[in-house]
Amino acid sequence: MKNPSVDTHLLPADRAGDEPLLAVDNLHVEFQTRQGVVRAVNGVSYSVNAGETLAVLGESGSGKSVTAQAIMGILDMPPARIPKGEVRFHGTDLLTMRDEDRGQIRGRRIAMIFQDALSALNPVFTVGWQIGEMFRVHQGMSKRDARRKAVELMDRVRIPGAKSRVDDFPHQFSGGMRQRIMIAMAIALDPEILIADEPTTALDVTVQAQIMGLLAELQQESDMGLILITHDLGVVADVADKIAVMYGGRIVEHASVFDGYRAPAHPYTKGLLESIPRVDLKGQELYAIKGMPPNLLDMPTGCAFHPRCPYRKENCVTDVPPLYTVSDTRGSACHYWREVLDDGSR
Amino acid sequence: MGRYVIRRLLQAIPVLVGTTFLLFATVYALPGDPIAALGGDRRLDPQLVARMREQFHLNDPLLVQYWYYIRDIVSGDFGTTFRGVPVSSLFQGKFQVTFQLSITALVFEAVIGVGLGLWAALRRGRWQDQAVLAFTLLLVSIPTLVSGFVLQLVLGVKLKQNTGIDFFPVAGIQDGMRSYIVPGLVLAGLSIAYLTRLTRTSLMETLRADYIRTAVAKGLPRRRVLGRHALRNSLIPLITYLGADLGTLMGGAIITETIFNLPGIGQQLFQSVYLRENAVVVGIVTVLVLVYVLANLIVDLLYAVLDPRIRYE
Repeated sequence: MKNPSVDTHLLPADRAGDEPLLAVDNLHVEFQTRQGVVRAVNGVSYSVNAGETLAVLGESGSGKSVTAQAIMGILDMPPARIPKGEVRFHGTDLLTMRDEDRGQIRGRRIAMIFQDALSALNPVFTVGWQIGEMFRVHQGMSKRDARRKAVELMDRVRIPGAKSRVDDFPHQFSGGMRQRIMIAMAIALDPEILIADEPTTALDVTVQAQIMGLLAELQQESDMGLILITHDLGVVADVADKIAVMYGGRIVEHASVFDGYRAPAHPYTKGLLESIPRVDLKGQELYAIKGMPPNLLDMPTGCAFHPRCPYRKENCVTDVPPLYTVSDTRGSACHYWREVLDDGSR
Repeated sequence: MGRYVIRRLLQAIPVLVGTTFLLFATVYALPGDPIAALGGDRRLDPQLVARMREQFHLNDPLLVQYWYYIRDIVSGDFGTTFRGVPVSSLFQGKFQVTFQLSITALVFEAVIGVGLGLWAALRRGRWQDQAVLAFTLLLVSIPTLVSGFVLQLVLGVKLKQNTGIDFFPVAGIQDGMRSYIVPGLVLAGLSIAYLTRLTRTSLMETLRADYIRTAVAKGLPRRRVLGRHALRNSLIPLITYLGADLGTLMGGAIITETIFNLPGIGQQLFQSVYLRENAVVVGIVTVLVLVYVLANLIVDLLYAVLDPRIRYE
């Protein structure tokens, strides 16, 4: 059978000891489409603790954003459906929670920022109004106080001249400043978890670094758990504690950022690392993973990565690899993870 | 802003010149002789005819005639008909009737159309949505001639006969504002259907926007997401339609005015075209064009109020 549902649970380290701050456990998300059921998220498990940064890596369509939206509870259902899995926050499953209770968490204790801040901010309201709305709606604060808090937050995310710009509209800001406004809005109520969905993709490289620096700084100040969703490995290396690499709706590798970069345990991670341009290999042909990302409506049999995989053997075409435990904090969904690991990075 | 308004009003001048000239030329090109028509079956005294042709400059070329006309309009003189009646006296009270009818229709259109459209969009794909869509299809398919007479019969005659309720006047304007309810509804019919569909699409599109997802992720109650974040953005395209529609309603009121016996400008216009009263036709249309231009100006100003990205310098 093509693309069967796969159960994948948390790594041993996450199951032992205290319950993590946020734990996604064997999450499945399906989309009902005209062409059939799309398994966008197929048994994803990961955890984040206070002060920790998890980077979720993957190409578009790998399911990383859908997982985040399921955590936030902002998926459109239908067409989306969550047939099984848990999203535990402080040990309580958010998915089975009553809507009112979940509303208390969304935006206040788990917040999210999005990729393109220009379209993610409402064009017809001032930025101060949009930031202040968090205080007005969630804390019943007066307009005046909320505006003052908005200025404070804009200062905190280092928007120059916050006081004079609080009544400006989103289109009057530059891309980097707009993303800062998104961040200000998200951290307004001191959330415990911040999910950043490709926060720097739409920005210039120099601005990217500033935004990442800001996120890391804010995280340290308030001990937030940060889930950083990105397809850009370069962005991740400096700020992340651990990485989860997604492919075709599954997590194919879990690792600490150090281990993952030094010696990947999945051929896809290895391919991603090798396709980063490097100064010391100047003049050589740039490596690219051959083939195309899988079509979720027509997934390959066996391991979803097998058509593109240099380590492919016969059973890869037929057997779906489970998430093998590499160590307490490491997992790889590759039958031949040992060989990959032994090869090391280039 | 003030300079923008003045500029827009100045822009209306070429529009007015263009439309009036086109109209003038069209009526000029109509076959038949309006002076000869004054006599009906009788032949008029050739001397009289010649004198009248002279008086009304009918022997001059088109452009010259047009020039005389415009010159008088600018000094506030709409001229006289071939029968010697001042054109402005024909307008007396008639524009007011048509305007009141059109405004009533516009209000119905805005309230019912936007209301139904929003409702359908929020219940997208469910039976309520399907019902609204079917209803708009029905509205589009019924000509004003039919809906007018049917409503006149049902609300004006049958309702009174069967229940004694005499609330809806269906002829004339003796009952003040109430006189315009049924005619306004009939006139609005088609526009209600269009606006309903436009509203539905507009809100559905807005609801897919990224900033709506942001609003939900902020943990705002659904009421607030819809009422605050979605509504204002989805209203913007509707304003354009409503503004342009005022002109259409005023120009298209003639059938409704005839059915409900409202002494509006539509009937006057029809008669004047029939009698080839150039001065009256062009006069009426000039006023309609002015209304149209003003309505669009108001729309553009409203736009700037609703959408801060639009600023007029």
